[in-house]
Amino acid sequence: MQWSSLVTQLFGPYHGMREDGDFLQGEVIFEGEPLTVIGTTNHAPIGVQLALAQARVILDTVTQHPGRPILLLIDTQGQQLRRRDELLGINRAMAHLGASIDLARRRGHRVIGLVYDQALSGGFITSGLIADACYALPDAEIRVMRIPAMARVTKLPEEKLTALSQSNPVFAPGVQNYVAMGGVRALWQGDLQACLREALAPAPTDDRRARDGAERGGRQLAAAVVQRVLDAA
Amino acid sequence: MISYAECSARERLALLLDPSSFHEWLPPSERITSPHLAQLGVPCAFDDGVAVGRAMLDGRSVFVAAQEGAFMGGGVGEVHGAKLVGLLQRALRDRPAAVLLLAESGGVRLHEANAGLIAVSEVMRALLDVRAAGIPVLVLIGGANGCFGGMGIVARCADYIVMSDVGRLAMSGPEVIEASHGVDEFDSRDRALVWRTTGGKHRWLTGDCDALVEDDVAAFRAAAIAAIGESRPLTLAALEQEHALLTARLHALPALPVDSAGSDEAMRLWSALGIPDAERVPELSVEAVRALRTI
Repeated sequence: MQWSSLVTQLFGPYHGMREDGDFLQGEVIFEGEPLTVIGTTNHAPIGVQLALAQARVILDTVTQHPGRPILLLIDTQGQQLRRRDELLGINRAMAHLGASIDLARRRGHRVIGLVYDQALSGGFITSGLIADACYALPDAEIRVMRIPAMARVTKLPEEKLTALSQSNPVFAPGVQNYVAMGGVRALWQGDLQACLREALAPAPTDDRRARDGAERGGRQLAAAVVQRVLDAA
Repeated sequence: MISYAECSARERLALLLDPSSFHEWLPPSERITSPHLAQLGVPCAFDDGVAVGRAMLDGRSVFVAAQEGAFMGGGVGEVHGAKLVGLLQRALRDRPAAVLLLAESGGVRLHEANAGLIAVSEVMRALLDVRAAGIPVLVLIGGANGCFGGMGIVARCADYIVMSDVGRLAMSGPEVIEASHGVDEFDSRDRALVWRTTGGKHRWLTGDCDALVEDDVAAFRAAAIAAIGESRPLTLAALEQEHALLTARLHALPALPVDSAGSDEAMRLWSALGIPDAERVPELSVEAVRALRTI
Protein backbone atom coordinates (compact mmCIF):
# COMPACT_ATOMS: atom_id res chain seq x y z
CA MET A 1 0.00 0.00 0.00
CA GLN A 2 1.16 3.59 -0.66
CA TRP A 3 2.00 5.44 2.53
CA SER A 4 -0.26 8.35 1.60
CA SER A 5 -3.22 6.06 1.14
CA LEU A 6 -2.42 4.34 4.45
CA VAL A 7 -2.20 7.55 6.48
CA THR A 8 -5.32 8.91 4.81
CA GLN A 9 -7.19 5.81 5.93
CA LEU A 10 -5.76 6.13 9.42
CA PHE A 11 -5.81 9.89 9.99
CA GLY A 12 -8.03 11.37 7.29
CA PRO A 13 -7.13 13.52 4.27
CA TYR A 14 -5.60 16.37 6.34
CA HIS A 15 -3.11 14.12 8.11
CA GLY A 16 -0.16 16.55 7.82
CA MET A 17 2.45 13.85 7.16
CA ARG A 18 5.48 15.05 5.17
CA GLU A 19 7.74 13.19 2.77
CA ASP A 20 11.37 14.28 2.64
CA GLY A 21 13.15 12.01 0.20
CA ASP A 22 12.59 8.53 1.58
CA PHE A 23 11.84 9.83 5.07
CA LEU A 24 8.31 10.24 6.41
CA GLN A 25 7.45 12.34 9.41
CA GLY A 26 4.44 13.90 11.02
CA GLU A 27 2.58 14.83 14.14
CA VAL A 28 -0.93 13.58 13.57
CA ILE A 29 -4.10 13.58 15.60
CA PHE A 30 -5.71 10.21 16.09
CA GLU A 31 -9.12 10.26 17.76
CA GLY A 32 -8.28 13.52 19.48
CA GLU A 33 -4.85 12.47 20.72
CA PRO A 34 -1.51 13.54 19.21
CA LEU A 35 0.76 10.84 17.81
CA THR A 36 4.31 11.01 16.45
CA VAL A 37 4.67 9.15 13.16
CA ILE A 38 8.01 8.38 11.50
CA GLY A 39 8.76 6.08 8.66
CA THR A 40 10.43 5.37 5.37
CA THR A 41 9.14 4.82 1.88
CA ASN A 42 10.28 3.78 -1.62
CA HIS A 43 11.83 0.63 -0.07
CA ALA A 44 14.47 2.95 1.39
CA PRO A 45 17.85 1.49 2.23
CA ILE A 46 18.59 2.53 5.82
CA GLY A 47 22.00 4.16 6.01
CA VAL A 48 23.61 6.33 8.67
CA GLN A 49 21.71 9.45 7.63
CA LEU A 50 18.26 7.86 7.63
CA ALA A 51 18.91 6.10 10.94
CA LEU A 52 19.92 9.43 12.50
CA ALA A 53 16.92 11.24 11.02
CA GLN A 54 14.58 8.74 12.68
CA ALA A 55 16.46 8.84 15.99
CA ARG A 56 16.24 12.65 15.97
CA VAL A 57 12.44 12.62 15.89
CA ILE A 58 12.28 9.93 18.57
CA LEU A 59 14.53 11.92 20.92
CA ASP A 60 12.61 15.13 20.21
CA THR A 61 9.35 13.38 21.03
CA VAL A 62 10.77 12.07 24.31
CA THR A 63 12.00 15.56 25.21
CA GLN A 64 9.07 17.66 24.09
CA HIS A 65 6.10 15.34 24.43
CA PRO A 66 6.62 12.89 27.28
CA GLY A 67 4.45 9.82 26.94
CA ARG A 68 3.19 10.58 23.43
CA PRO A 69 2.71 7.36 21.42
CA ILE A 70 4.96 6.74 18.42
CA LEU A 71 4.02 4.91 15.23
CA LEU A 72 6.80 3.55 12.97
CA LEU A 73 5.80 3.03 9.34
CA ILE A 74 8.13 0.51 7.75
CA ASP A 75 9.12 0.14 4.12
CA THR A 76 12.77 -0.74 3.64
CA GLN A 77 14.99 -2.90 1.48
CA GLY A 78 17.29 -3.34 4.47
CA GLN A 79 20.50 -1.64 5.50
CA GLN A 80 22.42 0.56 3.09
CA LEU A 81 25.07 -1.67 1.46
CA ARG A 82 27.80 0.92 1.01
CA ARG A 83 31.40 1.04 2.16
CA ARG A 84 31.05 4.65 3.26
CA ASP A 85 28.22 3.74 5.62
CA GLU A 86 30.31 0.94 7.08
CA LEU A 87 33.22 3.33 7.55
CA LEU A 88 30.91 5.78 9.32
CA GLY A 89 29.71 3.04 11.66
CA ILE A 90 26.28 2.15 10.29
CA ASN A 91 25.97 -0.50 13.02
CA ARG A 92 26.47 2.21 15.64
CA ALA A 93 23.88 4.48 14.00
CA MET A 94 21.40 1.58 13.90
CA ALA A 95 22.12 0.75 17.53
CA HIS A 96 21.56 4.41 18.38
CA LEU A 97 18.17 4.34 16.66
CA GLY A 98 17.27 1.13 18.50
CA ALA A 99 18.45 2.52 21.83
CA SER A 100 16.46 5.73 21.27
CA ILE A 101 13.28 3.75 20.62
CA ASP A 102 14.07 1.59 23.63
CA LEU A 103 14.45 4.70 25.79
CA ALA A 104 11.09 6.00 24.60
CA ARG A 105 9.49 2.69 25.57
CA ARG A 106 11.11 2.76 29.00
CA ARG A 107 9.79 6.27 29.55
CA GLY A 108 6.25 5.18 28.89
CA HIS A 109 5.79 6.02 25.22
CA ARG A 110 3.82 3.29 23.49
CA VAL A 111 5.79 2.42 20.32
CA ILE A 112 4.03 0.55 17.52
CA GLY A 113 5.62 -0.71 14.30
CA LEU A 114 3.65 -1.29 11.11
CA VAL A 115 5.14 -2.98 8.06
CA TYR A 116 2.99 -1.45 5.33
CA ASP A 117 5.13 -2.44 2.36
CA GLN A 118 8.32 -4.43 2.91
CA ALA A 119 10.76 -5.06 5.72
CA LEU A 120 14.16 -6.65 5.38
CA SER A 121 16.95 -7.58 7.75
CA GLY A 122 18.97 -4.67 9.08
CA GLY A 123 16.35 -2.07 8.24
CA PHE A 124 13.77 -3.87 10.36
CA ILE A 125 15.77 -4.88 13.39
CA THR A 126 16.02 -1.41 14.95
CA SER A 127 12.55 -0.28 13.95
CA GLY A 128 9.55 -2.62 14.05
CA LEU A 129 11.40 -5.37 15.83
CA ILE A 130 12.31 -3.14 18.77
CA ALA A 131 8.85 -1.57 19.16
CA ASP A 132 6.44 -2.66 21.88
CA ALA A 133 4.60 -4.54 19.19
CA CYS A 134 4.98 -4.85 15.44
CA TYR A 135 2.10 -5.34 13.05
CA ALA A 136 1.90 -5.78 9.28
CA LEU A 137 -0.55 -5.30 6.44
CA PRO A 138 -1.55 -8.59 4.80
CA ASP A 139 0.05 -7.74 1.45
CA ALA A 140 3.34 -6.59 3.00
CA GLU A 141 6.52 -8.62 2.69
CA ILE A 142 9.00 -9.47 5.46
CA ARG A 143 12.13 -11.42 4.78
CA VAL A 144 15.86 -11.80 5.20
CA MET A 145 16.24 -13.29 1.74
CA ARG A 146 14.15 -15.00 -0.88
CA ILE A 147 14.42 -18.75 -1.37
CA PRO A 148 16.57 -18.63 -4.57
CA ALA A 149 19.13 -16.39 -2.83
CA MET A 150 19.02 -18.58 0.25
CA ALA A 151 19.63 -21.64 -1.93
CA ARG A 152 22.73 -20.00 -3.41
CA VAL A 153 24.15 -18.93 -0.05
CA THR A 154 23.44 -22.18 1.77
CA LYS A 155 24.23 -24.36 -1.29
CA LEU A 156 21.01 -26.29 -0.70
CA PRO A 157 18.61 -27.21 -3.52
CA GLU A 158 15.88 -24.63 -4.09
CA GLU A 159 13.24 -27.37 -4.43
CA LYS A 160 14.13 -28.73 -1.01
CA LEU A 161 13.86 -25.29 0.62
CA THR A 162 10.55 -24.63 -1.12
CA ALA A 163 9.16 -27.95 0.05
CA LEU A 164 10.32 -27.44 3.63
CA SER A 165 8.95 -23.90 3.72
CA GLN A 166 5.43 -25.29 3.33
CA SER A 167 5.53 -26.63 6.87
CA ASN A 168 8.29 -24.60 8.58
CA PRO A 169 7.86 -20.79 8.65
CA VAL A 170 11.57 -20.35 9.44
CA PHE A 171 12.55 -21.03 5.84
CA ALA A 172 10.38 -18.74 3.75
CA PRO A 173 9.51 -15.04 3.51
CA GLY A 174 6.02 -13.83 4.28
CA VAL A 175 4.13 -11.84 6.90
CA GLN A 176 2.06 -14.87 7.88
CA ASN A 177 5.25 -16.73 8.78
CA TYR A 178 6.40 -13.83 10.95
CA VAL A 179 3.04 -13.90 12.74
CA ALA A 180 3.47 -17.64 13.35
CA MET A 181 6.97 -17.06 14.75
CA GLY A 182 5.76 -14.27 17.04
CA GLY A 183 7.83 -11.55 15.33
CA VAL A 184 4.64 -9.85 14.15
CA ARG A 185 1.84 -9.66 16.67
CA ALA A 186 -1.02 -9.57 14.18
CA LEU A 187 -2.03 -8.49 10.68
CA TRP A 188 -4.09 -5.34 10.26
CA GLN A 189 -7.13 -6.15 8.17
CA GLY A 190 -10.42 -4.39 7.53
CA ASP A 191 -10.90 -1.30 9.69
CA LEU A 192 -7.35 0.07 10.05
CA GLN A 193 -8.40 2.73 12.56
CA ALA A 194 -9.80 0.01 14.81
CA CYS A 195 -6.51 -1.89 14.48
CA LEU A 196 -4.48 1.16 15.48
CA ARG A 197 -6.82 1.94 18.37
CA GLU A 198 -6.36 -1.57 19.69
CA ALA A 199 -2.57 -1.44 19.24
CA LEU A 200 -2.35 1.85 21.16
CA ALA A 201 -4.40 0.59 24.08
CA PRO A 202 -2.39 0.13 27.28
CA ALA A 203 -0.82 -3.32 27.41
CA PRO A 204 2.17 -5.02 29.04
CA THR A 205 5.41 -4.08 27.29
CA ASP A 206 7.49 -7.18 28.05
CA ASP A 207 8.91 -9.11 25.10
CA ARG A 208 6.39 -11.90 24.44
CA ARG A 209 7.53 -12.87 20.97
CA ALA A 210 9.15 -16.16 21.96
CA ARG A 211 6.01 -17.16 23.89
CA ASP A 212 3.79 -16.15 20.96
CA GLY A 213 6.01 -18.16 18.61
CA ALA A 214 5.63 -21.24 20.79
CA GLU A 215 1.87 -20.86 21.20
CA ARG A 216 1.38 -20.29 17.48
CA GLY A 217 3.65 -23.19 16.59
CA GLY A 218 5.99 -21.19 14.35
CA ARG A 219 8.99 -21.02 16.66
CA GLN A 220 8.76 -23.91 19.00
CA LEU A 221 12.12 -23.85 20.77
CA ALA A 222 13.04 -20.26 21.62
CA ALA A 223 10.86 -19.80 24.73
CA ALA A 224 11.71 -23.28 26.05
CA VAL A 225 15.46 -22.77 25.62
CA VAL A 226 15.30 -19.39 27.38
CA GLN A 227 13.47 -21.06 30.27
CA ARG A 228 16.01 -23.90 30.42
CA VAL A 229 18.86 -21.40 30.76
CA LEU A 230 16.94 -19.65 33.54
CA ASP A 231 16.36 -22.94 35.34
CA ALA A 232 19.73 -24.63 34.75
CA ALA A 233 21.64 -25.76 37.83
CA MET B 1 51.28 -14.60 24.10
CA ILE B 2 48.29 -16.67 22.91
CA SER B 3 46.40 -15.41 19.86
CA TYR B 4 42.78 -14.69 20.76
CA ALA B 5 41.84 -14.90 17.09
CA GLU B 6 43.15 -18.43 16.76
CA CYS B 7 41.41 -19.77 19.86
CA SER B 8 38.09 -21.57 19.76
CA ALA B 9 35.23 -20.16 21.84
CA ARG B 10 35.85 -22.69 24.60
CA GLU B 11 39.60 -22.06 24.62
CA ARG B 12 38.88 -18.37 25.10
CA LEU B 13 36.59 -19.14 28.04
CA ALA B 14 39.21 -21.37 29.61
CA LEU B 15 42.02 -18.82 29.24
CA LEU B 16 40.19 -15.55 29.79
CA LEU B 17 38.21 -16.38 32.94
CA ASP B 18 39.62 -17.41 36.31
CA PRO B 19 40.99 -20.98 36.00
CA SER B 20 38.31 -23.71 35.96
CA SER B 21 35.64 -21.22 37.00
CA PHE B 22 33.38 -21.51 33.95
CA HIS B 23 30.18 -23.39 34.74
CA GLU B 24 28.18 -23.96 31.59
CA TRP B 25 24.41 -23.95 31.26
CA LEU B 26 22.96 -26.23 28.59
CA PRO B 27 26.38 -27.79 27.86
CA PRO B 28 26.95 -29.93 24.75
CA SER B 29 26.10 -33.07 26.75
CA GLU B 30 22.48 -31.87 26.75
CA ARG B 31 22.58 -31.86 22.94
CA ILE B 32 20.31 -28.88 22.36
CA THR B 33 20.65 -28.52 18.61
CA SER B 34 18.95 -26.64 15.82
CA PRO B 35 15.94 -28.55 14.47
CA HIS B 36 16.06 -26.44 11.31
CA LEU B 37 19.60 -27.45 10.37
CA ALA B 38 18.58 -31.07 10.95
CA GLN B 39 15.65 -30.63 8.57
CA LEU B 40 18.00 -29.25 5.96
CA GLY B 41 20.41 -32.14 6.45
CA VAL B 42 23.14 -29.73 7.56
CA PRO B 43 25.47 -30.86 10.41
CA CYS B 44 24.47 -29.57 13.85
CA ALA B 45 26.55 -28.59 16.87
CA PHE B 46 25.56 -29.84 20.33
CA ASP B 47 25.81 -26.27 21.65
CA ASP B 48 24.38 -24.61 18.49
CA GLY B 49 27.54 -22.55 18.24
CA VAL B 50 27.46 -20.73 21.56
CA ALA B 51 28.49 -21.56 25.14
CA VAL B 52 26.76 -19.75 28.01
CA GLY B 53 27.26 -19.90 31.77
CA ARG B 54 28.61 -18.27 34.89
CA ALA B 55 32.23 -17.82 35.88
CA MET B 56 34.63 -15.76 37.94
CA LEU B 57 36.72 -12.94 36.52
CA ASP B 58 39.41 -11.65 38.82
CA GLY B 59 37.41 -13.07 41.70
CA ARG B 60 34.11 -11.48 40.69
CA SER B 61 31.01 -13.30 39.55
CA VAL B 62 30.22 -12.77 35.88
CA PHE B 63 27.90 -14.31 33.32
CA VAL B 64 29.47 -15.07 29.98
CA ALA B 65 28.62 -16.17 26.45
CA ALA B 66 31.10 -17.18 23.75
CA GLN B 67 30.15 -17.59 20.10
CA GLU B 68 32.03 -20.21 18.08
CA GLY B 69 33.04 -18.76 14.72
CA ALA B 70 34.01 -22.16 13.35
CA PHE B 71 30.37 -23.29 13.47
CA MET B 72 28.37 -21.54 10.73
CA GLY B 73 30.42 -18.39 11.17
CA GLY B 74 28.91 -17.81 14.59
CA GLY B 75 25.54 -17.22 12.91
CA VAL B 76 22.56 -16.68 15.18
CA GLY B 77 19.77 -19.21 14.80
CA GLU B 78 16.72 -19.87 16.96
CA VAL B 79 18.47 -21.92 19.66
CA HIS B 80 21.73 -19.94 19.61
CA GLY B 81 19.80 -16.69 20.04
CA ALA B 82 17.57 -18.12 22.77
CA LYS B 83 20.64 -19.20 24.77
CA LEU B 84 21.90 -15.60 24.65
CA VAL B 85 18.47 -14.26 25.66
CA GLY B 86 18.27 -16.78 28.52
CA LEU B 87 21.69 -15.72 29.79
CA LEU B 88 20.73 -12.04 29.70
CA GLN B 89 17.38 -12.62 31.40
CA ARG B 90 19.14 -14.67 34.05
CA ALA B 91 21.60 -11.81 34.57
CA LEU B 92 18.67 -9.47 35.13
CA ARG B 93 17.38 -11.88 37.79
CA ASP B 94 20.66 -12.87 39.49
CA ARG B 95 22.65 -9.63 39.06
CA PRO B 96 26.24 -10.69 38.38
CA ALA B 97 28.98 -8.03 38.43
CA ALA B 98 28.97 -7.99 34.63
CA VAL B 99 27.97 -9.91 31.52
CA LEU B 100 30.72 -10.74 29.01
CA LEU B 101 29.88 -11.47 25.41
CA LEU B 102 32.75 -12.98 23.44
CA ALA B 103 31.23 -12.11 20.10
CA GLU B 104 32.22 -13.78 16.86
CA SER B 105 29.41 -13.81 14.36
CA GLY B 106 28.41 -13.08 10.80
CA GLY B 107 24.99 -12.11 12.15
CA VAL B 108 21.78 -13.93 11.36
CA ARG B 109 22.27 -17.58 10.37
CA LEU B 110 20.89 -17.68 6.85
CA HIS B 111 19.77 -21.32 7.08
CA GLU B 112 17.09 -20.28 9.55
CA ALA B 113 17.06 -16.61 8.75
CA ASN B 114 13.54 -15.63 9.81
CA ALA B 115 13.96 -17.11 13.29
CA GLY B 116 17.49 -15.72 13.51
CA LEU B 117 16.35 -12.18 12.70
CA ILE B 118 13.72 -12.22 15.43
CA ALA B 119 16.22 -13.86 17.80
CA VAL B 120 18.80 -11.09 17.26
CA SER B 121 16.16 -8.47 18.07
CA GLU B 122 15.25 -10.42 21.22
CA VAL B 123 18.93 -10.44 22.20
CA MET B 124 19.04 -6.67 21.67
CA ARG B 125 15.97 -6.08 23.84
CA ALA B 126 17.26 -8.38 26.60
CA LEU B 127 20.71 -6.74 26.50
CA LEU B 128 19.21 -3.26 26.82
CA ASP B 129 17.19 -4.51 29.82
CA VAL B 130 20.39 -5.69 31.51
CA ARG B 131 22.16 -2.45 30.72
CA ALA B 132 19.22 -0.41 32.02
CA ALA B 133 19.43 -2.37 35.27
CA GLY B 134 22.97 -1.07 35.76
CA ILE B 135 24.69 -4.38 35.06
CA PRO B 136 27.48 -3.66 32.57
CA VAL B 137 27.54 -5.72 29.37
CA LEU B 138 31.05 -6.02 27.92
CA VAL B 139 31.60 -7.20 24.36
CA LEU B 140 34.95 -8.67 23.28
CA ILE B 141 35.71 -8.73 19.56
CA GLY B 142 38.80 -10.40 18.15
CA GLY B 143 37.73 -13.58 16.38
CA ALA B 144 38.65 -14.31 12.78
CA ASN B 145 35.03 -13.95 11.65
CA GLY B 146 34.60 -10.52 13.19
CA CYS B 147 31.29 -9.21 14.54
CA PHE B 148 28.84 -8.43 11.75
CA GLY B 149 25.19 -8.05 10.83
CA GLY B 150 22.72 -7.94 13.68
CA MET B 151 25.48 -8.82 16.14
CA GLY B 152 27.34 -5.69 15.05
CA ILE B 153 24.29 -3.71 16.21
CA VAL B 154 23.97 -5.76 19.41
CA ALA B 155 27.62 -5.04 20.23
CA ARG B 156 27.02 -1.30 19.95
CA CYS B 157 24.05 -1.62 22.35
CA ALA B 158 26.46 -2.80 25.07
CA ASP B 159 28.18 -0.66 27.73
CA TYR B 160 31.73 -1.35 26.62
CA ILE B 161 33.58 -2.90 23.66
CA VAL B 162 37.09 -4.35 23.70
CA MET B 163 38.65 -5.02 20.28
CA SER B 164 41.98 -6.26 19.03
CA ASP B 165 43.55 -4.72 15.96
CA VAL B 166 42.72 -7.88 13.97
CA GLY B 167 39.11 -7.74 15.14
CA ARG B 168 36.43 -6.37 12.84
CA LEU B 169 33.14 -4.71 13.75
CA ALA B 170 30.60 -3.66 11.15
CA MET B 171 27.20 -4.38 9.66
CA SER B 172 27.42 -5.81 6.14
CA GLY B 173 30.50 -7.85 5.21
CA PRO B 174 32.69 -6.59 2.36
CA GLU B 175 31.70 -9.58 0.19
CA VAL B 176 28.03 -8.66 0.50
CA ILE B 177 28.69 -5.04 -0.43
CA GLU B 178 30.91 -6.03 -3.34
CA ALA B 179 28.22 -8.46 -4.59
CA SER B 180 25.63 -5.71 -4.35
CA HIS B 181 27.47 -2.68 -5.74
CA GLY B 182 30.56 -4.03 -7.43
CA VAL B 183 34.26 -4.26 -6.78
CA ASP B 184 34.75 -0.51 -7.22
CA GLU B 185 32.46 0.09 -4.24
CA PHE B 186 34.27 -2.35 -1.96
CA ASP B 187 37.05 -4.71 -3.04
CA SER B 188 36.60 -7.49 -0.49
CA ARG B 189 40.03 -8.96 -1.34
CA ASP B 190 41.81 -5.73 -0.46
CA ARG B 191 42.60 -6.68 3.12
CA ALA B 192 44.12 -3.33 4.03
CA LEU B 193 40.97 -1.57 2.84
CA VAL B 194 38.75 -4.01 4.74
CA TRP B 195 40.66 -3.33 7.98
CA ARG B 196 40.74 0.43 7.43
CA THR B 197 36.95 0.30 7.09
CA THR B 198 35.99 -2.18 9.83
CA GLY B 199 39.10 -3.11 11.85
CA GLY B 200 40.03 -2.50 15.46
CA LYS B 201 42.30 0.48 14.86
CA HIS B 202 39.60 2.33 12.91
CA ARG B 203 36.95 1.55 15.53
CA TRP B 204 39.31 2.76 18.26
CA LEU B 205 40.11 6.04 16.53
CA THR B 206 36.43 6.78 15.92
CA GLY B 207 35.44 5.81 19.46
CA ASP B 208 33.38 2.83 18.28
CA CYS B 209 35.27 0.60 20.70
CA ASP B 210 36.40 1.50 24.20
CA ALA B 211 39.65 -0.44 24.43
CA LEU B 212 42.12 -1.51 21.75
CA VAL B 213 44.32 -4.48 22.63
CA GLU B 214 46.85 -6.80 21.01
CA ASP B 215 45.62 -10.12 19.65
CA ASP B 216 46.42 -11.79 22.95
CA VAL B 217 44.04 -13.59 25.32
CA ALA B 218 45.81 -12.12 28.35
CA ALA B 219 45.32 -8.60 26.97
CA PHE B 220 41.59 -9.27 26.51
CA ARG B 221 41.41 -10.58 30.08
CA ALA B 222 43.13 -7.50 31.47
CA ALA B 223 40.85 -5.17 29.46
CA ALA B 224 37.73 -7.04 30.62
CA ILE B 225 38.83 -6.84 34.26
CA ALA B 226 39.48 -3.12 33.89
CA ALA B 227 36.02 -2.60 32.39
CA ILE B 228 34.00 -4.66 34.84
CA GLY B 229 32.60 -1.59 36.62
CA GLU B 230 31.92 0.39 33.44
CA SER B 231 28.15 0.64 33.59
CA ARG B 232 26.99 3.38 31.24
CA PRO B 233 23.29 4.12 31.62
CA LEU B 234 21.47 5.02 28.40
CA THR B 235 19.91 8.25 29.57
CA LEU B 236 18.33 10.88 27.34
CA ALA B 237 21.44 13.03 27.84
CA ALA B 238 23.71 10.12 26.85
CA LEU B 239 21.68 9.50 23.70
CA GLU B 240 21.76 13.20 22.79
CA GLN B 241 25.54 13.08 23.15
CA GLU B 242 25.70 9.99 20.96
CA HIS B 243 23.48 11.70 18.41
CA ALA B 244 25.74 14.74 18.30
CA LEU B 245 28.83 12.55 17.86
CA LEU B 246 27.33 10.55 15.00
CA THR B 247 25.97 13.67 13.30
CA ALA B 248 29.34 15.40 13.52
CA ARG B 249 31.03 12.32 12.08
CA LEU B 250 28.60 12.21 9.17
CA HIS B 251 29.37 15.85 8.40
CA ALA B 252 33.11 15.34 8.84
CA LEU B 253 33.13 13.06 5.82
CA PRO B 254 31.29 14.76 2.97
CA ALA B 255 30.56 12.47 0.06
CA LEU B 256 33.16 13.02 -2.64
CA PRO B 257 32.44 13.37 -6.33
CA VAL B 258 32.85 10.11 -8.24
CA ASP B 259 36.04 11.25 -9.98
CA SER B 260 37.98 11.46 -6.72
CA ALA B 261 39.18 7.84 -6.79
CA GLY B 262 42.45 7.34 -4.98
CA SER B 263 41.54 9.51 -2.02
CA ASP B 264 41.15 7.17 0.92
CA GLU B 265 38.00 7.88 2.92
CA ALA B 266 39.21 6.22 6.12
CA MET B 267 42.30 8.43 6.21
CA ARG B 268 40.19 11.50 5.41
CA LEU B 269 37.92 10.68 8.32
CA TRP B 270 40.84 10.13 10.71
CA SER B 271 42.35 13.45 9.63
CA ALA B 272 39.00 15.16 10.12
CA LEU B 273 38.97 13.74 13.65
CA GLY B 274 42.27 15.50 14.26
CA ILE B 275 44.54 12.48 14.08
CA PRO B 276 48.02 13.47 12.90
CA ASP B 277 49.72 11.61 10.04
CA ALA B 278 46.56 9.62 9.36
CA GLU B 279 48.17 7.84 6.43
CA ARG B 280 50.62 6.16 8.80
CA VAL B 281 47.95 4.59 11.03
CA PRO B 282 47.80 1.19 9.28
CA GLU B 283 51.52 0.55 9.82
CA LEU B 284 51.63 1.72 13.45
CA SER B 285 51.68 -0.62 16.44
CA VAL B 286 48.62 -1.05 18.64
CA GLU B 287 50.34 0.91 21.39
CA ALA B 288 51.11 3.81 19.07
CA VAL B 289 47.55 3.92 17.70
CA ARG B 290 46.16 3.83 21.23
CA ALA B 291 47.86 7.15 21.92
CA LEU B 292 46.38 8.86 18.85
CA ARG B 293 42.72 8.90 19.79
CA THR B 294 41.17 12.37 19.98
CA ILE B 295 37.61 11.42 20.99
